[in-house]
Amino acid sequence: MSAAPAPGAASAAPADDVARSVGTKAWTPYALLTPGMLWLAIFFLVPTVMLVKMSLSSGTAFSGDGSFTFDWQFSNYSDAWNQYVIDSPIFQKSLVYALIATVLTLVIAYPLAYTIAFKAGRWKNFLLVLVIAPFFTSFLLRTNAWQTILVDSGPVVTFMENTGMLSFLHAINTPDSWPSWAQLFPDGLTGENRVLATPLAVIIGLAYNFLPFMTLPLYASLERIDFRLIEAATDLYSSALTAFRKVTFPLSLPGVVAGTLLTFIPAAGDPVNAALLGSANDALMGNAIDSQFKATGNYPLAAALSAMLMFVIVVMVALYVRRAGTEELV
Amino acid sequence: MNTNDLHPDRETGAAAGGDTRHDLRLEGVSKRFGNFIAVDNLDLVVRRGSFFGLLGPSGCGKSTTLRMIAGLEQPSSGRIMIGGVDMAGVKPYQRPVNTVFQSYALFPHLTIAENVAFGLRRRGIKDVRRQVADMLALVELESQAAKKPAQLSGGQQQRVALARALINKPEVLLLDEPLGALDLRLRRQMQIELKRIQTDVGITFVHVTHDQEEAMTMADTIAVMNAGRVEQMGAPIDLYEHPVTTFVANFLGQSNLIKGQLTGKAGGDTMLEVHGQRMAMPTARVHTDRDEVWVGVRPEKMQISRAGTSVEGENAMTGVVTDASYIGVSTQYLVALPWGQEVSIFSQNLSTEGPLSAGDDVVLHWNPAHTFALDSTQDAAAGAEKVEGDE
Repeated sequence: MSAAPAPGAASAAPADDVARSVGTKAWTPYALLTPGMLWLAIFFLVPTVMLVKMSLSSGTAFSGDGSFTFDWQFSNYSDAWNQYVIDSPIFQKSLVYALIATVLTLVIAYPLAYTIAFKAGRWKNFLLVLVIAPFFTSFLLRTNAWQTILVDSGPVVTFMENTGMLSFLHAINTPDSWPSWAQLFPDGLTGENRVLATPLAVIIGLAYNFLPFMTLPLYASLERIDFRLIEAATDLYSSALTAFRKVTFPLSLPGVVAGTLLTFIPAAGDPVNAALLGSANDALMGNAIDSQFKATGNYPLAAALSAMLMFVIVVMVALYVRRAGTEELV
Repeated sequence: MNTNDLHPDRETGAAAGGDTRHDLRLEGVSKRFGNFIAVDNLDLVVRRGSFFGLLGPSGCGKSTTLRMIAGLEQPSSGRIMIGGVDMAGVKPYQRPVNTVFQSYALFPHLTIAENVAFGLRRRGIKDVRRQVADMLALVELESQAAKKPAQLSGGQQQRVALARALINKPEVLLLDEPLGALDLRLRRQMQIELKRIQTDVGITFVHVTHDQEEAMTMADTIAVMNAGRVEQMGAPIDLYEHPVTTFVANFLGQSNLIKGQLTGKAGGDTMLEVHGQRMAMPTARVHTDRDEVWVGVRPEKMQISRAGTSVEGENAMTGVVTDASYIGVSTQYLVALPWGQEVSIFSQNLSTEGPLSAGDDVVLHWNPAHTFALDSTQDAAAGAEKVEGDE
């Protein structure tokens, strides 16, 4: 600032004016923030602190006097690491299943959102209702329905068998020679003649259940794109494909980022799809936490697993958002 | 930039009518949207290197015409030739044409420099730095190269849009109401800029606008469009001085149109009678075969004097001033004629007696050569609505 000598004097009068004209309304933003802040404090901050505290405690719920002592038990974390990363690769599996499901969802949702945004005309609202229609039935019921769809010798499996898809997917596996912590699909993506109770069933379930969370943000960002920008790209020597690559897709990146986060984060911790559609070998972090908590009563280990998952996801998301550079987009 | 290889020989070749290979030609072009005819059997020839204005009210088909030249719309019939090549089936990205869009349509995710480089990069030109720098210099935005479009003012964005199109050295540059979003002062400034740049680069500009002043300031040739057709085409001065339809007479500036009858010819002149008053006018300015005509005079061509002033050799009629607005450079009068019609007069403040005021008896008189006669079956108010509508 060049007006360095008396910045206070210069700004004092207008500031007073503003304060006076706004009057008692100055507290309005804080009042509006309060409910959200309270919600976050009670349902996020307090539980997170309790979770971290529990993850550093000792004791189990089902033995002794059932109480826990907070004694900086860092061994909970090394136990979690040894059991769920080194001995069996459940942690890695969770992330990889979620990642594949996210990519699959993106591949399905992008053309869908694009069509609704640009080509649907008067069917736009109807199609949007269809996208969220699954929410009218319960998450559990819908996941259960996939058991019927993917049932052994059912039409879907028979079709996949006849077209050779099944043997192709079965062949996608991790070799025996790999260390145990890298055994993500030791028996193939599917069974020789079944889909249910295989990794693919879990991934399909995840992709299906989170599809609307991908579609809606994608639609929102595609719909905002000014069609004249695409005309301008066409006018500037871009074929339809180049215009998509250089203009439409970059402008839809905020939707891609939002959609992939809304899919990946819940998918990485979801226990339902693995429980209903996978085999015992497909247990993911959600299931591990669930069983440590409910079956074993080892609350500290369950808490350590949760904290670990949360930490890794936060780091991955931070790196991803930084890489995608969404803050530079308007 | 080497402006030499951009300069077509406008003065010699094209203007003399010799080399027509690089012209933009529209032959019988029509565009229908369902039952609505947006463009109706349009024939146009735009000379290479000229600044061509397509002027008309909204909905007259001028933007549709532009979009057909760009390839963003397909003509329902007729053909479009650029530099002798039929553009039928040629995709927009294959045409030697670039557009400056009304909304600018700058890519919000790219910097100014990348926006300008966009067309070059799509054609696989690797080293664009020098050309982008030259082009940004031409539009005086060198210092803004690293910014995003949202950080620029409207006038600056407009210049980026121009640079982004011009850098490709198209055969034809299309400008769709390029100054529509700017305020009046900036628009005046950009009109002069645009004309300067066009003269510098020598590319054919086709400029669509509803603003007659903008078209007249910049264009060498103007086609006035109405309801999908060209009403009249010519240099701004021809259109203004010799309007051939009531639409053109009203849309370009203002006109006083008064009912009259042609009564005969004498030499190069045509005699006429206006509400019992005998007048004369050059036969060349009669644009109808009928005897019933609209007699037209531009408001600034009429002189206003106190009743009783001698007006020998001029066309004249009497009236009563109903309104006088003094606006410094001139005074605008409304004068009621004996049969009730009101005409307007723009009078330079040359008189030493001070302006006339409402209620004064006056005589209106003008040089017979400033009279024009139009077909009386045309609507006398056609094209006049723009005064309230657009500005």
